[in-house]
Amino acid sequence: MITCNGKSVYGGIAIGKIHVMAKKEQRIVRRSVDDTETEMQRFEAAKAEAQNQLAELYDKAMTEVGEANAAIFEIHQMMLDDDDYLDSINNIITEQSVNAEFAVAITADNFAEMFSSMDDAYMKERAADVKDISERIIRILTGSDSADMSSEEPVIILADDLAPSETVQLNKDLVLSFVTVHGSTNSHTAILARTMNIPALIGTNVELSPDLEGKLAVVDGFNGVIYIEPDSETLAAMEKRRDEELEKQRLLQELKGKENITKDGKSVLVYANIGNVKDLAYVLQNDAGGIGLFRSEFVYLESSTYPTEEEQYRIYKKAAETMAGKRVIIRTLDIGADKQADYFNLDKEENPAMGLRAIRICLTRPEIFKTQLRALYRASKHGKLAIMYPMITSVEEVKRIKAISAEVKAELTAEGIPYNDIEEGIMIETPAAVMMSSELAKEVDFFSIGTNDLSQYTMAIDRQNPKLDEFFDPHHPAVLRMIEMVCKNAHAENTWVGICGELGADLELTEQFLRMGVDELSVSPSCVLPLRDKIRSLDLSK
Amino acid sequence: MKQFNYVITDPEGIHARPAGEFVKAAKSFASDVNITKDGKTVSAKKIFGVMGLAVKQGQEITVTVEGADEDTAAAELEAFLKNNL
Repeated sequence: MITCNGKSVYGGIAIGKIHVMAKKEQRIVRRSVDDTETEMQRFEAAKAEAQNQLAELYDKAMTEVGEANAAIFEIHQMMLDDDDYLDSINNIITEQSVNAEFAVAITADNFAEMFSSMDDAYMKERAADVKDISERIIRILTGSDSADMSSEEPVIILADDLAPSETVQLNKDLVLSFVTVHGSTNSHTAILARTMNIPALIGTNVELSPDLEGKLAVVDGFNGVIYIEPDSETLAAMEKRRDEELEKQRLLQELKGKENITKDGKSVLVYANIGNVKDLAYVLQNDAGGIGLFRSEFVYLESSTYPTEEEQYRIYKKAAETMAGKRVIIRTLDIGADKQADYFNLDKEENPAMGLRAIRICLTRPEIFKTQLRALYRASKHGKLAIMYPMITSVEEVKRIKAISAEVKAELTAEGIPYNDIEEGIMIETPAAVMMSSELAKEVDFFSIGTNDLSQYTMAIDRQNPKLDEFFDPHHPAVLRMIEMVCKNAHAENTWVGICGELGADLELTEQFLRMGVDELSVSPSCVLPLRDKIRSLDLSK
Repeated sequence: MKQFNYVITDPEGIHARPAGEFVKAAKSFASDVNITKDGKTVSAKKIFGVMGLAVKQGQEITVTVEGADEDTAAAELEAFLKNNL
C-alpha cells in the first residue's frame, strides 16, 4: 500500500481504479519560415478554430456545470483576442521569421510568467489559463489530439494538473475523483470537484508513473489521503465510511422535507445539538427540524475575557437567521465542572461536577447572566429563539431567574430596544428537578432532559472515570422511569418535553421514548437522519 | 477627457470573471479607456492588462476615458464597477 497526502478540496470517499492522465508532450521546434505572411494566416486560422472550440466548450460547460464554471471559457476567448497577446505572436513570427507554434509557445511562457510571478494566489493560478489557450492553438497548428480518457468504467483521475478545458471535456459519469500533483484551491479542478460533489485532492505528493494505471486506490476526501493498492484493513474501513456516506445521502434524498411521523401517526420533533456557529452548516445538511441545544459555552471558552453583549448578539442573531424560522433553543452558559475559562477565576473544587457551575454561576454573578440575556432577547427579533437554563434543582431558582429576566426586559423596554416574548425552558438533569417536575412545569414552557448528567447524578457514577464502566448502565431503569415521570408531570401542565442527551440518539430507546410521550429529540447532526428513519419505521399501535 | 477614481470593495479583487466583463463593457465604447493603479496604466480593453494589475480589495484605481462617447462610457463604466466590484 502506498499512502500519499494532498489537500482535500471536497469531502467524500472514492474507491476505484486509477487512470493516469499524462499530458502529451508538445515538442515545439523552432523553424525558420520564408513567408511570414502565410505563417500569420496559418496562425489566424488556428486562432479562429480555437475560438470555435472554446465557444462549444462554453455551451457544454453551461449545461453541465453551470454558468459560474462556464465563465472561464468566455475569459479564454477574450484572452485569445487580447491585443498584447496577439501582437507578441505577430512580432515573433514577422521579426524572427519563425513558425507560429514557436511564437505561440514563447508568448505563452512570457504571459504565464507574468501571472506566476504575481504576489496573489488566485492570479498565480491564471498562468494555467494562458497555457491552456496556447496549447489549444498549438494542438490545432500541429494537428495533434488532446489527452483524453478512453476508460469505460468510472476511474480516479491522477494528473499533474488539469486545465479547465480538460476537466470539462471529461465524461462526468466516468470520474470518481480528481487527484492532482499541482493545482490550488482556486484551480478549476477544485471548483469543478465541488460542483460535482466528488472527492478531490490537490498538491498531492504522488509520483505520476504509468505503472499506476489501472491500480486500485481509495481517495479519502475527509482526511486528504489517497491509498494506492490499499491493504484489506484500510479498504474495509474506507468501504464502510463510503457506505455510511452513501446511506446518509440516500436517507437525505428519501427524508428531505418529510414529517417525522410513526406508521400510526405519532409525530415527534427531531432537532440537532450544536456547540458552535460553525456547526450550523451540518444542521442544515442533515435536514434537522431545528436546534434543540445550542451550547453557548463556546462563546465564553473561545474568548480570553467576558464576551460582550454585542459579540454574543451577533452569534445568536446568526443562528436565528440561519435557521430561518425554525426553533433555536439556546442554553445559557454552562461553565464549570469540566468546562473552565480562566477569566472566570473559579476556585478549584473538590467535586466540580457538583460545584459552582452553570445557573449557579449566573445567579451568584448576575452581571454576567444579564449580558447574555440582553443579547438573547435582542436576537429574538431575528428568528424563533428559545432560552433554556441548565442545572436547575428547585422552583426557587426558576423564580430568581425570572426576576433577573424581568429586570433585563424592563431595561430593554426603557431603552426602546425591541425584543420578542419567547419560550423559556429548563434542563432536567438533576434528580431533584425530576422529583419537582410537577411544580417546575407550572413555571416554564418546556423541559429538556439532559440524560448525561441525569444518569451520572442518579447512579452516582462519575462519567469521566473509565474504571466505573462496568457499573454504568446507560439504560438503567431508574433513569428511564425518571424520563417517564417527567413526561407525565410536564404534559399535565401543557409543558412539552425534549431529550438532548446522548440517549436521545440511542435507536434502541426511540420506541420507548415515543411511548412515554417525548415531544422532541435533539441529537448531534450526524444522528438526525438515522433517527428520523427509525421514527418512520415504528408502529406504536402494535 | 473624463476621469474617476474607484476603490474595489469585492473581497476577491478584480478576478478573472469581472475583469472579463469589464473588458467587454470597455470594448463596447469607441473611446479609449485606461486603468491606472499605483502609477501603472493599462488599456481596459485588454484582459491580460487588466488582470495583470492584480487589483485587490481596498485598492484604488483611476479610470480615464477619452473619445467621442466619453460621457456615456465614463458613466456606464463607473456604474459597472459600483455594481460588480
